Amino acid sequence: MAVEVKPRESSDVETEQLATGCEAIAEAIRLADVDVMAAYPIRPYDGVMQAAAKLIANGKMDVEYIVADGEHSQFEIVKHACAVGSRVFVGSSGVGWFYAFEAIAVTAGLRLPVVAICGNRALDDPGAFGTEHNDSLAVRDLGWLLPWAETAQEALDLALMAWRVGEDKRVSLPVAIGLDGAFLTHSQQIVKIPTQAAVDKFLPPFDLGDRLLHPDNPITIAPQVDQDWLMEIRMQNDQAMRKAETVIREAHADFKRLFGRGGESPFLDEYMTDDAEFVFFGQGTLALPMRVAIRRLRKEGHKVGLVRLKWFRPFATAEIVRSLSRFKAVGVIDRDYSFGSPYYGGVLYNEVRSALYSQPKRPVVVGFIAGLGGREIEQPMAQEIFEKTKAAASGDLKSGDTTHWIGVRA
Amino acid sequence: MAVETTTLPQIKGVKDVPYDELFVSGHRTCQGCESALVMRHMVKAAGPRTIVLGSTGCMYVANTTYYTTPWVVPWMHTQLGASGSAALGTAAGLKVLMRKGKLKNEKINVIAFCGDGGGADMGIGAISATLTHKEYNCLVLLYDNESYANTDIQLSSQTPYGAVTTFSPSGSKKRLMHTRWKKNVPGMLAAGHPESRYIAAGCAAYAVDLMNKIRKALELGGPTFVHTLDPCPKGWDYHPQYSQELGHLAVECGIWPLYEVIDGVCNLTGPTRQIAEGRKKRKPVYEYLKRQGRFAHFIDEDVEHFQAEVDKMWTEWLVPGVIPFTVPAKDQAILKIDKKALHEQKSA
Repeated sequence: MAVEVKPRESSDVETEQLATGCEAIAEAIRLADVDVMAAYPIRPYDGVMQAAAKLIANGKMDVEYIVADGEHSQFEIVKHACAVGSRVFVGSSGVGWFYAFEAIAVTAGLRLPVVAICGNRALDDPGAFGTEHNDSLAVRDLGWLLPWAETAQEALDLALMAWRVGEDKRVSLPVAIGLDGAFLTHSQQIVKIPTQAAVDKFLPPFDLGDRLLHPDNPITIAPQVDQDWLMEIRMQNDQAMRKAETVIREAHADFKRLFGRGGESPFLDEYMTDDAEFVFFGQGTLALPMRVAIRRLRKEGHKVGLVRLKWFRPFATAEIVRSLSRFKAVGVIDRDYSFGSPYYGGVLYNEVRSALYSQPKRPVVVGFIAGLGGREIEQPMAQEIFEKTKAAASGDLKSGDTTHWIGVRA
Repeated sequence: MAVETTTLPQIKGVKDVPYDELFVSGHRTCQGCESALVMRHMVKAAGPRTIVLGSTGCMYVANTTYYTTPWVVPWMHTQLGASGSAALGTAAGLKVLMRKGKLKNEKINVIAFCGDGGGADMGIGAISATLTHKEYNCLVLLYDNESYANTDIQLSSQTPYGAVTTFSPSGSKKRLMHTRWKKNVPGMLAAGHPESRYIAAGCAAYAVDLMNKIRKALELGGPTFVHTLDPCPKGWDYHPQYSQELGHLAVECGIWPLYEVIDGVCNLTGPTRQIAEGRKKRKPVYEYLKRQGRFAHFIDEDVEHFQAEVDKMWTEWLVPGVIPFTVPAKDQAILKIDKKALHEQKSA
């Protein structure tokens, strides 16, 4: 059904510009030739919709830009646009993400590669604008791929990766990129904007194949399957998620070759870990204050490093276990909570502990809840995390039965 | 490249109805299900170059059980409250892909259907939003069987006054659990969405009228809306052989007026027009109520209340069955409103 494709306006030279995380994502939308996007206001994700609207108004890209009547409609609109073969983009934050929850769940069930950002924001009530990862993490079991960006550059790069991986026929799952509210969505950084030619080499056109909803392909999508077939279909989703790890590695290798960025591994970003005895483990922008702390602590002679997780789903278990088993202790910093969970730990803490359980040699794992609601992780807090992790490494704290809330007023 | 257009001319009579069936066997709707008939008429009128989106409800669960499908045209499920968004997203996707040359440029009809629960209750916001996006061609069809009939007959905002449902049983202390008057959905949508080119109320008992309404909606383009009243043997409690008769009675008693609003002009159609013109006498609502078990607990005062509300709709509403408010006599002149009955205007 695909016929002549119109040549697109190309930017032949890689440029650098000062951009927020949201603006960087908007550039990725332009470069990916997105067909349909749906907007609805909620801070802080909506910066990306404002940036995209400007690009459209100024003739920089051709996208159907639909301002929806709520997040549920937003996600339903792109889901259905995707089913007829459109490359799509959508996003939300905090309680807005939850308002769309039904549509978010079925999008993964339908295996439609919708790409979204979740501008991570604390859930009401009480109200807070700042970052907290519980919005993204709420969809962790449903079949969404969940990468987390640390910088505006990584936001742009992960967005291009998201369409490439999500639309790959072996995967065909939606992707939600986590962007820490304010710290990343609204902080300006220097961002390299790749050329259209390079992006076109990296990102093939979207092709749903025989799953396209079109009168020439009159299929019935998502009938009632009941107990008769649902389990087989759930297992197919599981297999797709398993394949995603390989597809991400392939895409990452191609990305590095074409753009020269992305680091050693698509899943982990390690900092000063070569000789480290213990490390901090977390995702998103909290890596920045922790790196500052590590440099300071290294000057004092402490062998400490950072392992930053870049994809929460799929959870690259083997690689994460291989990496973390090298250390005496791991301090997992959760910018989220999971009330009533084992050891009252955060989500990441329990994922890491579960991954390490079957290992003969495993580090002590200590849990930290920090930076909720957009609270800055300041150096005294980093120091406290360090001291508690160090104490655990030397056996002063028992592994696993400890979760510490950091920087909380008495 | 020129757009290939399918033209959908108006059907002149039963003999002019297309022979091809695009909603066929492979479903398990109840005997006498008028909503299934609406599906059949809907897609027959629209033709094969059509994509249908179906929101959760009877016409999802009873129609599409895996391994079978009655749909000859492409069909996709959408969520209970998402028919408006499904129509919009599908239409927007097709439009942009054709504009960018990624898909062959041709006319493809987009129809999203919903029940009264999905459309009049949960999905009304999304339908309303869709009807304001005039650049996208899509039709939302609301098949109204006056309850959540798929989930055990619970009352919806479309359940008529006093009717028994599993959420409104008639008991020894409370004869009537449900005392809200039916929400006026097509009238509300017509009044609130002046840029929608076509909004209509139909009934499968008047099949040609309904098919022509579907065709007009698709031909005029932009976002459009059709609401059908579908007698439901299970929910209304009557023998399945009387479905068509009850559809006729709903219209003849003046309870369900048939009309269409084309580019802001309201036309009454079928027997509703004949009643308004005075060529046909409106039947008492008792003729309709007495045929259904869901009204079996009604006593005289309930019937009288029901009749009075329907009478008010015909004698006091600005447009019978469409625009519910009245205008004080002193303001009718300044607002240029002629409140004479339609048949009086005609003879004048």
